[in-house]
Amino acid sequence: MKFTLSWLKDHLDTDASVSEIAETLTDLGLEVEEIVNPAETLAGFTIGRVVKAEKHPDADRLRVCQVETDEGVKQIICGAPNAREGITVVVCKPGQYIPGIDTTIQVGRIRGVESHGMMASERELELSDEHDGIIELPSGEVGESFAAWLAEHEPAKVDPVIEIAITPNRPDALGVRGIARDLAARGLGKLKPLDEVTVKGRFESPVKVGINDDTRDGCPLFMGRLIRGVKNGPSPQWLQDRLRAIGLRPISALVDITNFFTYDLNRPLHVFDAAKVKGDLRVHRARGGERLVGLDEKEYEFAPGMMVISDEAGVQSIGGIMGGLPTGVTEETTDVFLEAALWDPIEIAKTGRALKISSDARYRFERGVDPAFNAPGLELATKMILDLCGGEASEVVQAGEEPEWRRAYRLDTDRVQSLVGMEIPAKEQRRTLEALGFRLEGDMAHVPSWRPDVQGEADLVEEVARVASLTKLEGKPLARPHEGVARPILTPMQKREMRARRQAAGLGYNECVTYSFIDRASAEMFGGGEDATMLENPISSEMSHMRPDLLPGLLQAAARNQARGFMDLALFEVGPVFTGGAPGDEQQHITGLLVGAAGPRDPHGSRRAVDIYDAKADAEAVLAAIGAPAKAQILRDVPGWWHPGRAGRICLGPKKTLAVFGEIHPKILKAMGVKGPAVAFTVYLEEPPLPRRKGATRAALKLSDLQAVERDFAFVVDRDVEALKLVNAAAGADKALIESVRVFDEFIGGSLGEGRKSLAITVRLQPREKTLTEEEIEAVSRKIIEKVTKATGGTLRG
Amino acid sequence: MEELRQKYLEAIAGAADEAALEAVRVQALGKKGEISLKMRELGRMSPEERKVAGPALNALKNEINSAIAARKAALEDAALEERLRGEWLDVTLPGRPRPRGSVHPVSQVTEEITAIFADLGFKVAEGPQIETDWYNFDALNIPPHHPARQEFDTFYMHRAPGDDRPPHVLRTHTSPVQIRAMEKEGAPIRVIAPGRVYRSDYDQTHTPMFHQVEGLAIDRDISMANLKWVLEEFFAAFFGIDGIKTRFRASHFPFTEPSAEVDIQCSWVNGQLRIGEGDGWMEVLGSGMVHPKVLEAAGVDPSQWQGFAFGMGIDRLAMLKYGIPDLRAFFDSDLRWLRHYGFAALDVPTLHGGVSD
Repeated sequence: MKFTLSWLKDHLDTDASVSEIAETLTDLGLEVEEIVNPAETLAGFTIGRVVKAEKHPDADRLRVCQVETDEGVKQIICGAPNAREGITVVVCKPGQYIPGIDTTIQVGRIRGVESHGMMASERELELSDEHDGIIELPSGEVGESFAAWLAEHEPAKVDPVIEIAITPNRPDALGVRGIARDLAARGLGKLKPLDEVTVKGRFESPVKVGINDDTRDGCPLFMGRLIRGVKNGPSPQWLQDRLRAIGLRPISALVDITNFFTYDLNRPLHVFDAAKVKGDLRVHRARGGERLVGLDEKEYEFAPGMMVISDEAGVQSIGGIMGGLPTGVTEETTDVFLEAALWDPIEIAKTGRALKISSDARYRFERGVDPAFNAPGLELATKMILDLCGGEASEVVQAGEEPEWRRAYRLDTDRVQSLVGMEIPAKEQRRTLEALGFRLEGDMAHVPSWRPDVQGEADLVEEVARVASLTKLEGKPLARPHEGVARPILTPMQKREMRARRQAAGLGYNECVTYSFIDRASAEMFGGGEDATMLENPISSEMSHMRPDLLPGLLQAAARNQARGFMDLALFEVGPVFTGGAPGDEQQHITGLLVGAAGPRDPHGSRRAVDIYDAKADAEAVLAAIGAPAKAQILRDVPGWWHPGRAGRICLGPKKTLAVFGEIHPKILKAMGVKGPAVAFTVYLEEPPLPRRKGATRAALKLSDLQAVERDFAFVVDRDVEALKLVNAAAGADKALIESVRVFDEFIGGSLGEGRKSLAITVRLQPREKTLTEEEIEAVSRKIIEKVTKATGGTLRG
Repeated sequence: MEELRQKYLEAIAGAADEAALEAVRVQALGKKGEISLKMRELGRMSPEERKVAGPALNALKNEINSAIAARKAALEDAALEERLRGEWLDVTLPGRPRPRGSVHPVSQVTEEITAIFADLGFKVAEGPQIETDWYNFDALNIPPHHPARQEFDTFYMHRAPGDDRPPHVLRTHTSPVQIRAMEKEGAPIRVIAPGRVYRSDYDQTHTPMFHQVEGLAIDRDISMANLKWVLEEFFAAFFGIDGIKTRFRASHFPFTEPSAEVDIQCSWVNGQLRIGEGDGWMEVLGSGMVHPKVLEAAGVDPSQWQGFAFGMGIDRLAMLKYGIPDLRAFFDSDLRWLRHYGFAALDVPTLHGGVSD
């Protein structure tokens, strides 16, 4: 919403400065976005008088002028044809910045003669495009500020333009008068009374109006009158200046008047060229399929139910949104039908959105236009048309009634103190509300017709506090819910997420935050991409589906980094993945991705390709950090984006997967443009059961003073026998005595023959009561060999 | 005797290596060594002779033994020194690589915010990122077709053909978590709700996903003055600047009443933003007293309970605090950016250690 200072002063009697007004508006909740103040650019330019003008000795077109200024007589060389003795001019002194030529004036010599400044043209001061000569003022005293002179004689040229952002609850502030009312309530001036005008109709309107019964909920009131014999030329300069200042193009007096009412009083109007209207005007709902070319010269087709205004020939206006071109006024218009109607905000919003029309009328009707100002607005506009265009007005025709808007809420003057924490005397609170147009009856505050947003007692508090200024609010301590030391607040799951994150970072991964949506193709590669997870209105096809997994986003990130020359990467992300399109179809994952080599080339031979045992170790480290049980199964059935032979699930039973790790399928890497090798892990953060332990006490530590014994065994088994099977078999040989079993060597093929391998394990025996004898150790060893051979079909390697 | 002593001490001192030293030992103290033989002769001596010769021989034996041990140690030291002289490594070569990971600024700042509000008794509440339009809008006093709805640039989820329910949305703010938290816990309640939010907007300063933190405190008599204090305390702790000023400006949000936009004190020096000094203001959040209709929607009786809510951008706070220039880079995963603006795993923000690093 834009307006000028002088426009504001039509409604507000004030001496406040522009900056004071701007600060107050922002503080009132009408946030100032921009102020353009020509007087500021013109500050410092003063009026002078040319007392003598002689031809330059060395240039025919230049004159050497002696100019009387506030700093005495100065010599200024000037090339303007109108530079002559006796004229009153605008002087720019050395050191001053000239906006129109983007130059700071210096003392200079022009063809050997000194010049101490400049006399400006209108263009040089950005006042107009006029540059045929220097400014010649009809009046003005030497030394007087030029800006002050303009303010007095041509105020439109220095009228500051203020632009404010209007929140959707304040339709009243979409008119300059509403803004003035807020400022007056704050005490920044006095709201001037609005003229009450009634223009007596001289004849019966030949155009009648009606509203179909099924449309009265959407258009409760439709009024109008015909004005005949108008002359629709250009509107007067002051009106054109105003409209131009706020960025509107003056069109013709009739159109400019409707635009003026839209911005001045938030009263959108429409004018039909009555000669082009056939018969009466009727508000009704479209059947569907009707078409109309709007005033914006675009054709619109209406869906069933949209509110339109038709005459006998068909649809002529999109009610409350935009008029139609065929019945629009032109310079030739002599009879005009002036419409003032009320429209339902929701219907206007729906239709406007469906037709994609953003008009000033739609913007206002969908926020709410003063229902009690329909008739007064029509009368004021009639008067203005008669004043500017002549003609005579008919009687007013009307369909529908002013809808009921009256309501009142109790003003509890203590509420401001308890809700806001500001002390404002009851009398001041009542004064504030009255200044805003509320009518107080006892402690009931009757809401003015232009404030549809006030819907309860809390709104009264808001109005009082807003006008009193929240800037004055003083902070007041909020006590902790518990006295003393603050209590912990994180849930076990929240701690789990933090720990997983910091563990991954500690393991050397860099945390990424990638978008929750990805492209369909990538989603499909990771088990997603179904329509349920699709966005109806994605910002681009790269972001069309909710991600089913963190890997595609990380792989894309890896590809981007590789394109920048970073080939070895360790990236991770913690975040949600989506299994469907409804609330709750969401799981929390942490995924780490390793690409390329595990280390740089260095003299120690650290460089080696990452492999699944890196990913597995990191998965286990993250699981340990979040308190997952240490003992788990490893199953090989993994989703298709993993290498079928080089990936595994860490599970508690086949249905409870805690994590998955492995090599990314080469096809996936190729499709995503990542140069491998690439391995990854995902830990399903919600899956590991929460520990049941209560309290901080640990189980007692049982230490044995007896020396542990280690024995090594090597078994030859088939190549596809998994080490874990062998380890579990060995560990089961004597659960009390065997403390741990660890694989320390794997040897495949060679002398063992095709399809065979040797696995070497070390078994640690921890005696509890007495030192083991050789016989006892032998007995356990025999049992281990027996269990392992039985479980794996292998043999002890000789 | 003295002759014997001189002879062996000289031989010991002259032994060039351990083998030579051993030869001297055998010659003197071995089974058939000169001193051993002399000791054996003691038996044949008279008690008087023995009384003199015995201690003398024993002393000689001890002295020789000590001398051998000392010489042996000296030889070992010399040998070790000789070996170490050859064991030279270039200490300027790089150590074995230890990967250095990092925590994303959004995570770090979220933890910082959590640590500060935890001290004031705020728990962390959560909610789904795909929301019903009821939680995202209606319950927050934004009815369908309200102009405010359009201002959110909402992402809608696809509906199957024939499904006429209002489409689910990607939450446009963290405010729906207010409703869910109050439904679950009732009043009194104090929560913050950090997380991802989504709006269909992409340009220099907007990304279609960003992060917000919601704050909610409901009790019998919480006022806007409490809100101001809480925010001032928060900013002082978060930016590490005591006495940082805030300014409340009246505004409008459908879910709060009264509503205020909050600015923090700042200045611009040579194009650099400085928080907490000067007389400029920078808008950082929206806030207000929770609208009675919102309390009602969440099942909390507005005649009994009242309180405040606020919402601010986590990414934006991170940018302001750590001088990160471009929002879009947050989600680009450029390794150079992650390393430069990221935080070490051990930089856990705590109140006792400070929330800034």
